[in-house]
Amino acid sequence: MKLLIVLAVVLFILAVHQLLKVIELAREIRKTKEWEPTDSENDLMGTLMLLFGIIFLGMFFYQIDRWYDKTLPPAASEHGKHIDELMFWNLILISFVFVVVNALLFYFAYKYRGNKNRKSIYYADNSKLEMLWTIIPASALAFIITFGLKYWNEITAPSEEKNPIVVELYAKQFDWTARYPGKDGKLGSTDYRQIEGSNPVGLDTTDKAGFDDILVKNEFHIPVGREVVFYFRSRDVIHSAFMPHFRAQMNCVPGMVTTFKFKPTKTTKEMRQDPYVQNLMKQINEQRSKEGKEPVEFDYTLLCNKICGASHYNMQMKIVVETEQEYNEWLRQQKSFKTLASK
Amino acid sequence: METINITNKELHAQEHIDLHRYEDHEESFISKYVFSQDHKMIARQYLITAMVMAVIAMIMSIVFRLQLAWPGEKFAFINWIMGDKWGKDGILDPNAYLTLVTMHGTIMVFFLLTGGLSGTFSNLLIPYQIGARDMASPFINMLSYWFFFLSSLIMVISLFLPDGAAGPGWTVYPPLSALPEAMPGSGLGMDLWLVSMALFIASSLMGGLNYIVTILNYRTKGMKMTRLPLTIWAFLITAIIGLLSFPVLLSAALLLLSDRLLGTSFYLSDIYIGGRPLDYSGGSPILFEHLFWFLGHPEVYIVLVPALGITSEIIANVSRKPIFGYRAMIGSMLAIAFLSFIVWGHHMYVTGMNPFLGSVFVFTTLLIAIPSAVKAFNYLTTLWKGNIQYTPAALFSIGLVSSFVTGGVTGIILADSTLDITVHDTYFVVGHFHIVMGLSAIFGMFAGVYHWFPKLYLRMMNKKLGYLHFWLTFISAYGVFFPMHFLGLAGVPRRYYTNSEFPMFDALYDVNVVITISAIIGALAQLIFIFNFFYSMFRGPKAPQNPWKANGLEWTNPVANIHGNWPGELPVVHRWAYDYSKPGYEEDFVPQTVPLKEGELDGGGHH
Ligand code: HEM
Ligand SMILES: [Cu+2]
Ligand SMILES: [Cu+2]
Repeated sequence: MKLLIVLAVVLFILAVHQLLKVIELAREIRKTKEWEPTDSENDLMGTLMLLFGIIFLGMFFYQIDRWYDKTLPPAASEHGKHIDELMFWNLILISFVFVVVNALLFYFAYKYRGNKNRKSIYYADNSKLEMLWTIIPASALAFIITFGLKYWNEITAPSEEKNPIVVELYAKQFDWTARYPGKDGKLGSTDYRQIEGSNPVGLDTTDKAGFDDILVKNEFHIPVGREVVFYFRSRDVIHSAFMPHFRAQMNCVPGMVTTFKFKPTKTTKEMRQDPYVQNLMKQINEQRSKEGKEPVEFDYTLLCNKICGASHYNMQMKIVVETEQEYNEWLRQQKSFKTLASK
Repeated sequence: METINITNKELHAQEHIDLHRYEDHEESFISKYVFSQDHKMIARQYLITAMVMAVIAMIMSIVFRLQLAWPGEKFAFINWIMGDKWGKDGILDPNAYLTLVTMHGTIMVFFLLTGGLSGTFSNLLIPYQIGARDMASPFINMLSYWFFFLSSLIMVISLFLPDGAAGPGWTVYPPLSALPEAMPGSGLGMDLWLVSMALFIASSLMGGLNYIVTILNYRTKGMKMTRLPLTIWAFLITAIIGLLSFPVLLSAALLLLSDRLLGTSFYLSDIYIGGRPLDYSGGSPILFEHLFWFLGHPEVYIVLVPALGITSEIIANVSRKPIFGYRAMIGSMLAIAFLSFIVWGHHMYVTGMNPFLGSVFVFTTLLIAIPSAVKAFNYLTTLWKGNIQYTPAALFSIGLVSSFVTGGVTGIILADSTLDITVHDTYFVVGHFHIVMGLSAIFGMFAGVYHWFPKLYLRMMNKKLGYLHFWLTFISAYGVFFPMHFLGLAGVPRRYYTNSEFPMFDALYDVNVVITISAIIGALAQLIFIFNFFYSMFRGPKAPQNPWKANGLEWTNPVANIHGNWPGELPVVHRWAYDYSKPGYEEDFVPQTVPLKEGELDGGGHH
């Protein structure tokens, strides 16, 4: 078998070699300037450019048609709606620029393909035109900046809620722990030197405020319609808490506490009824059944979105959004740090 | 006026001394091909080294793309190439995946598109196009190449370490890159990465200084700054950006090395890993991010600007028209260069950086869109009513205009901190930067190779193979990177070993398959180029004096590799480089050495 392959390769090389020799000989005889494009080659390349342009822009719309309904469902948080709206208009704007400029480019590439009988015009400058295409993008950008920063300021402003829900997400290689402040409403202070098996997030055991803190793994719950203020910490390397359905993301940096806040607007159950989500889940489950995997239901997910080591690709936690009543019920059943540590 | 005359006279006097210096004497193999101080040979050395590195990085991308499209599938050839270390039974190991991604990114950005692109074309074209006999300091120029070579060698050697090469991503954020406990890719491989980068930076500074000094001081008589081809302007601006930003990366790298080896805490604080608390305190990983991106953003322009210069030159030449808005092109490159230093924070919107600071960076970043738009429109206007001669270089240059626009517009999304919250670190980013930086720079580089091959190897490349290479590359490149935007909008994070652990990404299965198949076709297409390159080097038709009917000085010297570039006197320049199809001339080009006629205006003006 190996011999055959070697033989085939050798034969192939010989054949190519012979072919090249013939070509070179022919070239010697003709003495053409073969590097110069001929008119018919210019025609061909120009036409291919046009064709490419058409197919390229056609593919753009085809891809939107095929894949856009597999992108993230409509935002499930209050500020997320603004982000979606802004994203939509920005996408429209850049798609417009993308289509127009590429269309012009490939059209020009076709229209002005070379021909021996033509000469270009001599046209080196036009400050009015250049002014025009400085001002047009500048004004489009003014619009983008204004709206972008308006929402950015709202999203990053400190919470004004009197008593928001507070959740700390604690990252380590390669899982998440959520911490709630417990009855006193205060997260206990922390000291990384006290981390051990029974104190996984490094609570300072001299701080009483931490005793009633509630620690959960695998999934965490938040109530719909209430502002949730998140604090993020990391034990080892940088991670990033990414909750794409809520349009929320913040890095978890060792030695620092970072924060992000949002107000969920749909419970997990409501989300499962959403037509967009149902269509998406149908496609997901079709693919899963092809691969012989169990069907799944929609869930909000927390992902790690900053490279953090070998299992970065699988550092996840389920998020459950429910009514405040259900949330309180769930929270009551969770164990506090003190009961966990005393075990 | 007076002063200029004096300098010119002085230059003239110096020239005779110079010529002497370059007079032909017998050369040994070593001084001619290895430790050569000749700018043309150094350009070739850069190009070949970069091509080898690029092939390595490309194979890496195919390996990890296979994993992404068909996770868990067995690909026996992985073990053939690198042995069991990369994963047993042909299934890629997650750590090996991260190492491949890291090395792929590092090699592509630094070794191919910084060292390779600038190193090749700055060295080749600066002396040729400004009419100089060589670089200001040929010796430092030679050192610059050998530092580059050493740095490439160390980077490649690190792949063969028992724990593998560096793996924390090409951005090497600590603590991941600082703590060997954090991942195998943060062991000795990471040290070598940092050492290699330090050498690389030294190389790039030596090269850059030389480029700047040569351009400012060694222009031939009549070559005013405002008559320089845009290539030279681009190389000058690139060198200045590099000179100002690379030292910052060097300090970032040295501090990181110090945290790794000497136990300092520049970037580290409050860390518990490997079952014990570490003693580092008071440092901040965010500091590293600031330092890194202070280089990192200018870096993308170090990669892009030379490609813009090369294609400006080529597009004017092939459409047989003056480049439209010569001064605006220079102005926008200068504006981009300046702004590129005050936008780095757009990589850090969600790091916990002060949100107000974020707002400032939104503003500065979006400002860059304005000069970029000017460039794009000026390219279009140059093509308009031209007479486009479709050489392979022309095709790739037009490809650059397309990718520059297509990749550029998605930058507007990423620059907007509000929108970046959802797409930061997703495949949207991967799609964006590959198109705007990767493709544009690669297309510029290919265009340059096809166009100036006669100056590199005194022969012509095959046009038809060039056509085939272009179309396969162009189509598959968009096939790889365009669909990535949809992955990003679906929330797929980058640097994931597989997307199959999250049911929410299952419906995107076919996107990954399309990308991988396109990538394979694209990689195979490069074989055509490699064949064409080496075949033409030895057996291509001999290059004539001025194959593209171009105006630049590089086409005025004999078709030979002579020391000092021009036998006898240096050419004298009388006009800018873009008098194509000028009324009043028989031919559709007027070389820079042709004196102006009575009353003829220079620089695009005419009666
Ligand atoms: C053969 C064509 C190429 C393919 C198929 C390809 C594909 C990829 C993929 C899939 C990733 C991983 C994304 C992630 O997981 O974050 C990646 C990363 C990267 N690529 Fe490419 N790429 C190609 C060419 C290039 C070129 C020409 C450049 C030059 C700019 C480049 C620069 C990078 C960089 C900087 C990264 C990021 C590495 C990191 O995350 O540390 N690639 N590439
Ligand atoms: Cu993580
Ligand atoms: Cu940047």
